[in-house]
Amino acid sequence: MSEVARYSRRLVMGAGLAMTATVALGSALGGVAFAADAVKLGVSIPAATHGFTGGIVWWANQAKAELEKAHPNLKITVKTASGAPEQANQLQDLVTVTKIDSLVIFPFESAALTQPVMQAKKKNVYVTVVDRGLTDPSAQDAYIAGDNTAFGRIPAEYIAKKYNGKANIVALRGIPTTLDNERWEAFTAVMKQHPDIKILDAKYANWNRDDAFKVTQDFLTRFKEIDVIWAADDDMAFGVLKAIEQAKRTDIKEVFGGAGSKTMVKTIMDGSNPLLHADVSYSPKFIYDAIKMTAEARLKGDKLPATYIIPSALITKENAKEFYFADSPY
Amino acid sequence: MPSAPTPVTDVRQDGAAPRKPSRRFDPRRFGPVVGLVLLLIVGTALNPDFATWDNLMNVLTRTAFIGIISIGMCFVIISGGIDLSVGSMAALIAGGMILLMNALAASVASPVAVVGLGMLFALLLGGGFGLAHGYLITRGRIEPFIVTLGTLGIFRAVLTWLADGGAITLDNDLSEAYGPVYYGSLLGIPVPVWVFLAVSVAGAVLLNRTAFGRYVQAIGSNEQVARFAAVDVDRVKLLTYGLLGVCVGIATVLYVPRLGSASPTTGLLWELEAIAAVIVGGTSFKGGEGRIAGTVIGAVLLSVISNILNLTSIISVYLNAAVQGCVIIAVAFLQRRRP
Repeated sequence: MSEVARYSRRLVMGAGLAMTATVALGSALGGVAFAADAVKLGVSIPAATHGFTGGIVWWANQAKAELEKAHPNLKITVKTASGAPEQANQLQDLVTVTKIDSLVIFPFESAALTQPVMQAKKKNVYVTVVDRGLTDPSAQDAYIAGDNTAFGRIPAEYIAKKYNGKANIVALRGIPTTLDNERWEAFTAVMKQHPDIKILDAKYANWNRDDAFKVTQDFLTRFKEIDVIWAADDDMAFGVLKAIEQAKRTDIKEVFGGAGSKTMVKTIMDGSNPLLHADVSYSPKFIYDAIKMTAEARLKGDKLPATYIIPSALITKENAKEFYFADSPY
Repeated sequence: MPSAPTPVTDVRQDGAAPRKPSRRFDPRRFGPVVGLVLLLIVGTALNPDFATWDNLMNVLTRTAFIGIISIGMCFVIISGGIDLSVGSMAALIAGGMILLMNALAASVASPVAVVGLGMLFALLLGGGFGLAHGYLITRGRIEPFIVTLGTLGIFRAVLTWLADGGAITLDNDLSEAYGPVYYGSLLGIPVPVWVFLAVSVAGAVLLNRTAFGRYVQAIGSNEQVARFAAVDVDRVKLLTYGLLGVCVGIATVLYVPRLGSASPTTGLLWELEAIAAVIVGGTSFKGGEGRIAGTVIGAVLLSVISNILNLTSIISVYLNAAVQGCVIIAVAFLQRRRP
């Protein structure tokens, strides 16, 4: 982990803790806060189905290992689910069998998980929701998320500026979800201000390398002049690059991924691929931050700020090393 | 139950008994072909680039994986079995062979030799997994659906564990040595298409011109009768699963050089695509009869649909899966059986 990133995280955490301290003081006067002797924290996250969720699982287990070692009276249970119904079932198990008193949940779907989380909260479980907000915010005590709007806005602004408001773009989308919609809307909103930028088409490639390869092959067959491909995900960018390489196309000037995966950041840092110049950060590490913040606050009997957005940033050759974590699988 | 002697002679002589109806000219046999031709016409009308050689080769190359697996699947389904694990199996074989090749690269100097060993390993691993399925099904007396549903989870979980939830990536030098297996061509036709063709011809010969093929069909149409007819049912079944495993191995050998990596999404839902290709191609889900040519056409048809959808934007992307569903049902209708 780079010094800068570590330092900036401490700053952020420090600010967060300062805020929680104030909140805690307020509620202590109201007689609500209590210092728990032991904290049983449940973590419910999606199973590792692609690079990003793989990173989520790795960072969650990393948090468990570090925090349990540091705090003997903390017990963290990590559960991974491969769909919303399974996640809802696991949630019930966590509450009734494991008897957790705090929960960090990365919901599969906002709507489907709102009720199950509400049920947990009614049993006095402290709930931190990560990444996807619930449809009824009263079901959560705290919300920690990456910035999906910036995930779409930053690449759009970067492309518009770099190509002087004139470019042919094709885009890939992930899986139809609110998260994907937010990114897509932010991207197109910027592009609307640039009438000479044409988005030729956008298709779903399911955040999957193979699907991205196929969709890009077909885009390349269909459009003879493409300047930029917005792959919208580093895994998908990988498939895009292979398809371009195979078709031997030279018109494409840039491929923009997303999320700041390890290999992508390394490539940008080394400047080793002429099509890759920048990326936008959206690190799965936020689950680590969320677990750590929640656990440490709960051990002290504190609360977290209601909403905490982890900012996304443009990654270029100059700052790439701040986003490079050698140990993470993603 | 019929008495033993009659089926013995029937099956042994020419195996014609279970297949007699399909020997005559039957327009319904051409349902998948008609469907494919219609799709080709629609595709060309929607986008002239559809009918280019490059696009055609793109589609056939990407069909090769599912197509080769479908041919193995065709045998399993004809014998009355099913294998749900092929996608996960492909993913695990891909991951395993990449790890092996990366490890060998340190001690074996020639990248080509490393790749050769990797390919051999993939085929052996596939065959081994297939035989393990067959063994559990025949000796263990467990339903194939359950056995392969179990391994579907096992294979993918092991891969995910090996990959730490991320991707297993082939070393760069090896990637270059291995690349031509997917990206290279012979006489203007990509290597995977040649392999697909070879596997199809071999499959058709095996199914229609050998005793093994006749036994597979006999078991699928009536297992008891086949048993009475002195067919070694367990052995034949075991071999069909082994054969499918080898097919998955071949598909994986072609798949790995494409992206040079395996991740938990590798081969996701391939089992459904392979089963759909077999059934759309006119093989009975109940077993007993089936066609390799139909299976090949079924597999091509499935990838042509998504190709056409990618080449146009007349239909909302949200509805892609619905269009695919409609075409599959329509083609199945064209080749339906009489009650």
